[in-house]
Amino acid sequence: MISIDAIQKTAETLMEKAAIEIPEDYLDGLKAAADVEDGDLSSFVLQAMLENYEAAKQDRRAMCGDTGCPRWYVKMGNEARIEGGPIALETVLRRATANATRNVPLRPNRVHPLWRTDHDNNVGIGAPEIEYAFEPEGDWIDLVTVHKGGLFGTDYRMLFPSDGIAGIKRFYLDSLVAFGKRGLACQPAIIGIGLGGSKDACMVLGKRAACLRTVGNRNSDPRIAEMEREFKELGNSIGMGAMGFVGKSMVIDCHIEVGYCHTGGMQMSVHAFCLSSRRAVARIHGDGRVEYRTDPNWFTDYQRRETVEWNVLPSLSKSA
Amino acid sequence: MERASKPKQIRLSTKPTREDLAALKIGDIVYLDGLIYTGREGVYMRVLEGKEPLPLSLPEESAANFHCSPAATVDQDGNITMGAVTATASFRFSKWIGDWLRISGAMLIIGKGGMTSHDYKEHFVPNGAIYLTTVGYGTGALLGRGIKRARDIYWRKELGLAQAMWLIGAENMGPFIVESDLEGNSLFERENAKVSANLERVYAGTKPAVLKRFGETDDRSDELIS
Ligand code: SF4
Repeated sequence: MISIDAIQKTAETLMEKAAIEIPEDYLDGLKAAADVEDGDLSSFVLQAMLENYEAAKQDRRAMCGDTGCPRWYVKMGNEARIEGGPIALETVLRRATANATRNVPLRPNRVHPLWRTDHDNNVGIGAPEIEYAFEPEGDWIDLVTVHKGGLFGTDYRMLFPSDGIAGIKRFYLDSLVAFGKRGLACQPAIIGIGLGGSKDACMVLGKRAACLRTVGNRNSDPRIAEMEREFKELGNSIGMGAMGFVGKSMVIDCHIEVGYCHTGGMQMSVHAFCLSSRRAVARIHGDGRVEYRTDPNWFTDYQRRETVEWNVLPSLSKSA
Repeated sequence: MERASKPKQIRLSTKPTREDLAALKIGDIVYLDGLIYTGREGVYMRVLEGKEPLPLSLPEESAANFHCSPAATVDQDGNITMGAVTATASFRFSKWIGDWLRISGAMLIIGKGGMTSHDYKEHFVPNGAIYLTTVGYGTGALLGRGIKRARDIYWRKELGLAQAMWLIGAENMGPFIVESDLEGNSLFERENAKVSANLERVYAGTKPAVLKRFGETDDRSDELIS
């Protein structure tokens, strides 16, 4: 049984880590971009960003004044049991969000869409979002918090099979140029692309591709992995760098996730995870051990499964 | 490999003289000293549409308006804790900026993404103001370091923490980039023009979507299929 206090405590630590400590994989990616950037203004911006991450860690201060919209991704092993059940879990995730908003502090960004009511704690109707997934084995719970920023770095379009890869490339470039002008989406970013599903599923896939995969990670389908490499290059050849200044650092990495869709369509979404690519992860084991990391390791073979049954477990494959 | 040339760096008062501003070129880097106030749609609507009097004397106290809401908290005794500060996108404030510059006497508008050179020529130039953009834009921690003290907060109850008017004391706060000069030239527009010249080449081999989106142009008779 995983204690609910441990979950709340861990969740509060994660909120702070996400806001303050840039994940290593993104930092390395940004350093590599800074090494090859030769636009003078673009270069200056990247150096300032690198200093900013240091300042944030030294001062224990949020890396960006817009601390984004905190959300939670929760994953459980099949044997995980939570003290108090799912209701207690959701309560402490909301509590941790509110407490961290006051204590870090974070900016109270969340308001009612019409009445602009602000509880000053990033909690409200549907906020923070909490999404779930499960894995076939384990008595652990993984808590992932993502503090996604940016009002300008997301788009969706219904494409069709006849649009093909050329059409996908076109919408990808359209999106990047639109996000990137004047740097509104704060590039260089991790770009996530969702393909297929339905409109809502496509948005979810693309967002997860941007926020839940680390820089350098490749899709397990080799042809999609190849597209990811090619799209990263393509984005960096636009001629636009940080803040939309002339340069070549637009995309730190590109991740593509797919879902089966209606036979007539090919939905596509594009998401930019900005200069403040904030994510933090912890696994709480059944015996109470807590391990912190920055790789959500979200897209396992199980999450991308294509089959009716899940036959990989030896015990199950025998009976199959 | 060859390192890019470093832009020029200047320290500037938040109550600058016209000569100070005349010396700045677009693309210069600026660090600010003095008092800065935040103000965005909430403040603009109150003052310009609601005709509320300003809660402090402007521009005597400060001529620097920051489009920003800080990550900050105020405890029960009114003590303010400032974390990081980051600008918000300024283009949304275009409809208020002319009146605001006249009423506030602001000479520095600080924000994210700049405004159009049309706004600069129409509103900034006649009022002797320039636009400074934050860098990155995520350099909130660096900017937070430049804030020596949060002096005051006005209309906190009425507008909430994010929209309230914060008065902050800055020391060597930056970096900011000079986006517009006293003639109304825009750095972003200069850079956009250079980037656009390259786009034809990048787009080679792609093709437009088979189904267009209604509303992308103002021509309501457009066919959507191609
Ligand atoms: S897009 Fe990201 S880096 Fe830019 S201001 Fe928003 S949170 Fe900060």
